[in-house]
Amino acid sequence: MEHYLSLFIRAVFIENMALAFFLGMCTFLAISKKVQAAIGLGIAVVVVLTITVPVNNLIYNYLLADGALAWAGMPDVDLSFLGLLSYIGVIAAIVQIMEMFLDKFVPALYNALGVFLPLITVNCAILGASLFMVERDYSFGESVVFGAGAGVGWALAIVALAGIRERLKYSDVPHGLQGLGITFITVGLMSLGFMSFGGIDI
Amino acid sequence: MGLRKILDNMEHHFQEGGRYQSWYPLYEALDTMLYSPGSVTRSSAHVRDGIDLKRIMISVWLCAFPAMFYGMYNLGFQANDVLAATGGEVGGWRGSLIATFGGYDASSLWDCFWFGALYFVPIYFVTFVVGGFWEVLFAMKRGHEVNEGFFVTSILFALICPPDLPLWQVALGISFGVVIGKEVFGGTGKNFLNPALTGRAFLYFAYPAQISGDAVWVAVDGYTSATPLSVVAAEGMTAVQSQWTWMEAFLGAMPGSIGETSTLAILIGGAALLLMRIASWRIVAGVFLGMVALSTLFNMVGSDTNLAFAMPWYWHLVTGGFAFGMMFMATDPVSAAMTNTGKWAYGILIGLMAVLIRVMNPAFPEGMMLAILFANIFAPLMDHFVVQANIKRRLARVQ
Repeated sequence: MEHYLSLFIRAVFIENMALAFFLGMCTFLAISKKVQAAIGLGIAVVVVLTITVPVNNLIYNYLLADGALAWAGMPDVDLSFLGLLSYIGVIAAIVQIMEMFLDKFVPALYNALGVFLPLITVNCAILGASLFMVERDYSFGESVVFGAGAGVGWALAIVALAGIRERLKYSDVPHGLQGLGITFITVGLMSLGFMSFGGIDI
Repeated sequence: MGLRKILDNMEHHFQEGGRYQSWYPLYEALDTMLYSPGSVTRSSAHVRDGIDLKRIMISVWLCAFPAMFYGMYNLGFQANDVLAATGGEVGGWRGSLIATFGGYDASSLWDCFWFGALYFVPIYFVTFVVGGFWEVLFAMKRGHEVNEGFFVTSILFALICPPDLPLWQVALGISFGVVIGKEVFGGTGKNFLNPALTGRAFLYFAYPAQISGDAVWVAVDGYTSATPLSVVAAEGMTAVQSQWTWMEAFLGAMPGSIGETSTLAILIGGAALLLMRIASWRIVAGVFLGMVALSTLFNMVGSDTNLAFAMPWYWHLVTGGFAFGMMFMATDPVSAAMTNTGKWAYGILIGLMAVLIRVMNPAFPEGMMLAILFANIFAPLMDHFVVQANIKRRLARVQ
């Protein structure tokens, strides 16, 4: 239990997807103008990550890894070169399902997220989490916790950024920096604050 | 009123169409620094009050003075104490100035103070000149006023430098703090991080050798002396108590950043700020309670491997930058939360994070700076939720 807890905390704060690895920047910067929309997107990312990372974990461990097909009587087959392809496929499928779900049951959020919902498919944070999972050899249980933690960390970062950007509406940014420019600087300064966790080893 | 006349005679040069039009912010800054401006808010809703930005900022600046003067004395005291034991002397221009006006006697108030001034004043001077340069440059180019907020940023930045910090790094740090931390957002009141802390954090991660570790806290070359917090992390509470009594730590006779060592001097300035209601008591109380709660929890849990778990709250209070951060940095009205409930949450988050970083993070013995920056990031969000809750509550009342 303690192991899972520390894994979760590490995924949320210390190895924050957005502010420590700078993954998922496109949606991170684009959907962070309003706190409400950011919360919606954050939840969507948490859900997608919590499902895709464990699913990809199963696919990797039982189909793709070296010798994973031993249960089918093919112990010499190594399909890990198909990794990227299958992870993206899984992510795309799950995002599609979620889009249909939101359209049907939460139309307000569906409209708020607009084109960025399908864009979660190509959110680097999501593919990144699957790749980290493979690289670090997580077990199934660990991959569930890691997926949820990475999602929560990313959601926390985007909601905080949205809060700051709502306040920055009252600021007086030089002409050339308005919009994305100042947002990049803001994100950089945020990750300076998140450095407080850098070096914690749990 | 000769001075008033001189300023009035000069004014038309700086007005629009005048010869030195682009220098107007500088003229305006000098004028308003010497005389209260007669102009008042003209739009319909405004509060009639004697206090304005200028008075707030100057008050904070003055309230930092006890910590500054004690810091200078302590800087000299720590160095002279070491020099008396090793018999060394300071070289260069500082050495000749010390030889002319003072000495190396650790028991002499003047000698220590003079020694400290020779280290602190250059740091403060560089901070002021370089930071002021950026401030005036942006004011001239962007047409806003140079205001006294910069006095506060500069003195706070200078006070959280270690005594030996190279002056070019001082210049770099304050440049980053003022330009990236504040001016790109439009100047005073528009930023979301504390500029002085932003500058220091930048130096902290860019040049860790000159701003952390054991060698930088006493202004004597090649002499290493750990701060109480790094002693706790390395050897535990008993090692600290054998070196310093609590009273010594409270009064400030220990190595550290220039202005942060004396909790007493900081509390004097801080009490004045609280009485004038410039610093929010909610934030200060929140920081304090958060720190007490988490450190007590750590005390009760205990740990065999992590020695800092055993550090009691009254030691957390007097060591490192905790008191300084609590009184001067966390209460910065611009980067803190603005709603009353938000201020409590913001303060408590700082208190918790400061202890958490000190105890749990082996990379940084001191956590106050990063804790405040971290809370700055979440302050707008806290305000957002407080405002939303308020709207919801009042909507329910209407329906």
